[in-house]
Amino acid sequence: MSGVIALERGDRAVEIERLTVHRGGRPVLHEVSASLDPGLLTGLFGPSGSGKSTLIRAIAGVQAHVEGRIAVFGKTPGSAAARRQIGYKTQATSIYEDLTVAENLRYFASLHGAQVGDLLVRVGLEGEAGRLVRNLSGGQQARVSLAAALVGGPRLLLLDEPTVGLDPLLRRELWLLFGEIARGGRAALMVSSHVLDEARHCDQLLLMREGRILAQCTPSELVRQTGTEDMDEAFVRLIEGA
Amino acid sequence: MTASRTLTTARRVLTQLRHDPRTIALLLLVPCMLETLLWLMFKHQPGTFDAIGASLLALFPLTTVFLVTSVALLRERTTGTLERLMTTPLGRFELIAGYAVSFGLLATLQAGLASALTLGPLGLTVQGPAALVVVLAVCVALLGMGLGLSASAFARTEFQVVQFFPVVIIPQLLLCGLLIPRHELPAGLHAISDAMPLSYAVDGMHHLTREASVTRWFWIDTAIVLAFALGALLAGAVTLRRRTE
Repeated sequence: MSGVIALERGDRAVEIERLTVHRGGRPVLHEVSASLDPGLLTGLFGPSGSGKSTLIRAIAGVQAHVEGRIAVFGKTPGSAAARRQIGYKTQATSIYEDLTVAENLRYFASLHGAQVGDLLVRVGLEGEAGRLVRNLSGGQQARVSLAAALVGGPRLLLLDEPTVGLDPLLRRELWLLFGEIARGGRAALMVSSHVLDEARHCDQLLLMREGRILAQCTPSELVRQTGTEDMDEAFVRLIEGA
Repeated sequence: MTASRTLTTARRVLTQLRHDPRTIALLLLVPCMLETLLWLMFKHQPGTFDAIGASLLALFPLTTVFLVTSVALLRERTTGTLERLMTTPLGRFELIAGYAVSFGLLATLQAGLASALTLGPLGLTVQGPAALVVVLAVCVALLGMGLGLSASAFARTEFQVVQFFPVVIIPQLLLCGLLIPRHELPAGLHAISDAMPLSYAVDGMHHLTREASVTRWFWIDTAIVLAFALGALLAGAVTLRRRTE
């Protein structure tokens, strides 16, 4: 907890200044600064091991050994006030495999004092409510996990690799859903992925490598700056130019 | 701390158990089978059955709830559900209280069934009120839960966590008065058994079986078991950290 001080209240959803995180004595994030705004879908991109999950965990308030400043709607991450505002999907499925889909969502909703509502329809699982999670496919489990992060209509949604391993059609549908939640629901979204091609769905990009932010920009700025439409190539040129 | 988040957590834990009828059957029937086995073994020595049968009623909730809690909490830690819970409004004491309510209910059911059989058809003689057998069993269940919660913090796999059973439970079983009355233990071992909570649970059961009125000693033993239980639950709560590596 030491060193994590809430900044002044503002309109920003998340404000991060010079965030450094050590794991096992080694720094895994180096002086990261970034911000998230309501209504924007922010994509967090970078190869695996670049520190994406650590950054998301620090914002969610579950990462130890954090130095620097993070504010979530002006509050300290992990505080009771911040926890009422966020939805978080870990890289693991993190739902109860020995409960049905509906039972999982009802439990997570009740912790927020909320109703499940039409969440199953939004993630395309309306026919699976009564099935045990352990009997679902990997893609279906990922969508239950996503729905569990959406309960209570959080103002900040942190999704760690929600599209990994899913079929391309479903991935596109989910990115459209993320955009709709951000722009329609005025929520701030941070979605991590290592598939750079998915960057075109985002309003804002955070590109990470080896625990540092290479760039915080829009997809069109990235194209302009690097002179290529190919996101993989853009990333390579960014590294070479850095 | 709010009652609604505690109760909704208790309901979730019980629903998980409900989807696993085989575990429920084992939890409820195995104590009955073991008491019956003991009754057959000591059919011609009713005094021995009274002593050992009563001790076992204190042992069942400790072993069952220890194993169920340690595995359940290990799963919460390893599947990421605990990390997700830590980002919701649920507090860690609400989480622990939720588990305590559900496993307390489970222990009530288990002790109710086992003592109904043991005190009824098997004819174990209990001088004191039979309901207090269940009360003591629930206190022991909370103790098992606290120990299981702590054990889950020191294991990475289910294989590892069940290995804590012989470490945490078996020494207590050997020294609690089940095999040799505690006052016959060598002085050093007697001192060790004085430091172990199961000893007081077994002593408490013996007060109930031997004395017609509920003595002060029964309540003192029960209070000691409850104090150990609260201590173990608090130690377990310390291991439920919001921020991890």
